[in-house]
Amino acid sequence: MIQGIPITHILVVSVIMFFTGVMGFIIRQNLIAILLSIELMLNAVVMNFLVFNRYLFPHHLQGHFFGLFVIGVAAAEAALAIALILNVYRRFKHIDPDKLNEMKY
Amino acid sequence: MANFSYTIYILLVPLLIFAIVGIWGGKWKPIISGLIGTFGIAFILVLSYYAAYQYFFVVNHVGHYKQIVAMNFLWLPFNKILNVHMGILLDPISAMMLIVVPTISLMSHWYSLGYMKGERGFARYYAFLSLFTFSMLGLVLSTDILQMFIFYELVGVSSYLLIGFYYQRPSAVAAAKKAFIVTRFADFGFLVGILVLVYYTHSFDFMQITDPHSPVFRTILGKAFLGYSVLAWALSLIFVGAAGKSAMFPFHIWLPDAMEGPTPVSALIHAATMVVAGVFTVARIFPIYVHYTPNVLLMIGYVGGFTSLFAALIAMTQFDIKRVLAYSTLSQIGYMMVGLGVSRYGGEEGLGYTAAMFHLFTHAMFKALLFLGAGSIIHAVHSNFMQKMGALRKYMPITHITFLVAALAISGIPPFAGFFSKDKILEAAFMHNRLLFWVEYITAGLTAFYIFRLYFKVFWWTDEPQCDCKPHESPSTMTIPLIILAILSSTVGFIPFNKFVTPDLKAFPVETDWGLVSASVAIGLLGLGFAWFLYRKENDLPDKIVNALGKLYQWTYDKFYIDEIYLFITKKILFNLVARPIAWFDRHIVDGFMVGVAIVTGKTAEKIKGFQSGHLQQYAFVFIASVLIIALTVLYFIGA
Repeated sequence: MIQGIPITHILVVSVIMFFTGVMGFIIRQNLIAILLSIELMLNAVVMNFLVFNRYLFPHHLQGHFFGLFVIGVAAAEAALAIALILNVYRRFKHIDPDKLNEMKY
Repeated sequence: MANFSYTIYILLVPLLIFAIVGIWGGKWKPIISGLIGTFGIAFILVLSYYAAYQYFFVVNHVGHYKQIVAMNFLWLPFNKILNVHMGILLDPISAMMLIVVPTISLMSHWYSLGYMKGERGFARYYAFLSLFTFSMLGLVLSTDILQMFIFYELVGVSSYLLIGFYYQRPSAVAAAKKAFIVTRFADFGFLVGILVLVYYTHSFDFMQITDPHSPVFRTILGKAFLGYSVLAWALSLIFVGAAGKSAMFPFHIWLPDAMEGPTPVSALIHAATMVVAGVFTVARIFPIYVHYTPNVLLMIGYVGGFTSLFAALIAMTQFDIKRVLAYSTLSQIGYMMVGLGVSRYGGEEGLGYTAAMFHLFTHAMFKALLFLGAGSIIHAVHSNFMQKMGALRKYMPITHITFLVAALAISGIPPFAGFFSKDKILEAAFMHNRLLFWVEYITAGLTAFYIFRLYFKVFWWTDEPQCDCKPHESPSTMTIPLIILAILSSTVGFIPFNKFVTPDLKAFPVETDWGLVSASVAIGLLGLGFAWFLYRKENDLPDKIVNALGKLYQWTYDKFYIDEIYLFITKKILFNLVARPIAWFDRHIVDGFMVGVAIVTGKTAEKIKGFQSGHLQQYAFVFIASVLIIALTVLYFIGA
């Protein structure tokens, strides 16, 4: 219990964050925005880990560790993704994913 | 028992020469290939002569011969009883062929050094000649009927390669194809015959299937198919193969066209050796023919008799000297077949067989000589047609004399070789079949006429040659083989074949029927005299006779339209009624099915390729939507 806030409230926030990220991933026309959406989804997941750990198994720490791992991986992934986006920009002079369809049939 | 294991080199040396000259010959000076080929053949000539000498005089008592298997190894085991062997079988006829084949082959090799000089593909030519020599020797030395078939095909291939030697010339290519297809077609009969025979006898081995008292024949006797005994079917089919190779009617059409090849090839393959392979095959299994199926043997005799008369008639009207000789070859092989056809087994009754082999032997010598002489003439005149020749005796004395010797030999004028053998065939026919005797007797007269028509037209007729050329005697590489063959043609007749080559391997005495001898010499001289009367000096009598004969002459000149009949049957009937529907089926049904599969696949792919748009977000949407749908479905059915 964190000052009387029930677990469902926090999970609702997490679901909203996750689906905002999914939505952004599908509809945004900008690779940077898509990257941000991915981060949003990751953070929603991290929040789930922490909440379940805290509410269900308060004496264990695995959920916290997973959360830390995800944050570390997300940082690495962000660096990689931005590098890719920069290269895409250099090559095509834009970062619109709809026009990046060279690999289709 | 002498050791005959060295006979394997008789086969291996020409094969080796074929490989060496075939692979590296193109890089050397042409003459080196020629010399390797010629000396290689000279080497196997010595070996073969030695083997034949040992066989006839050392190992066996003269007059009592046995079959000797010089070597034999298992080549293809089917099961415990049915095995194919490869090996070398020596008996009188194969030992005789050991003399014929290398002799004629050496003469052709030697002669070609001059005749083919400067031709493109000189090394290739010698490689093929060696291949042919190898195949022919393998054929005559076979221990096993399937081995014989294999070499049968090999001589067919070498003949094809050599007829098509001038492959830039479309007519040569067509002739090569024709020869190969016709003989291949007949060989199919041979193969089926072999299979039928072997199916019942369970043996490929000549030692067993040429012995009529062998137990292997127990099962086949008494079996019948369509009213004839199975053995008669098998042996008739084997004769079909023999007829194809020996160009018997109606398979004779390939031989005249085969003259497109170089002349020494015609001399070696299409006169002396390969075309008698059919005669040799019949002779090889002769004891079976004569013991079990005398009717088939009689048919062989009639086919031979008909072919000899028919070909002699055509030979009288042709103007291409090589074609005259080709038809003459057909006619003479017909003689050999008649000899076999009228023969019986045992003692003097086997005279026909002996005479046929004797004629094979002498014919090889004088027909090779005729062809090589014709080659020498063509070399000088640069034409095959006798209208372009005439009076060549003044320019080519050696060719003239040797050609005359060969012409006398083929006409059956004593003491030249052809007289002895032809006379024996006539004698055998006279004893056993009067009809065939009269056919052959008339053919003997026609033979003398057509060959002397050729001789007089080429060497006399006019005062000067009809071509715009300066005829000259050929170089010594060409004339020396001619002289050697002329000597052989005038002497080999004195060999007493009845001591050496008989169907039951035992010598028998012969009595000369002087009445018959004088009759056959008389008809030969009659033909000769008639040719002398018509063609010695230029005159218009031959043309008058031609006009008087009218249509009859035209038919003969056009070879009785046999080629046209073949063309009609193949082009009009086979192509239209069989080949076209099959081609249509192939093109529309078989190909159509495959093409249909390809078209359906292509069309489907065209329709669904839009799924792979390359839009990342579209993929993500489909993925997430699918996951959601699956998740909701699962929840709905399982119940959360």
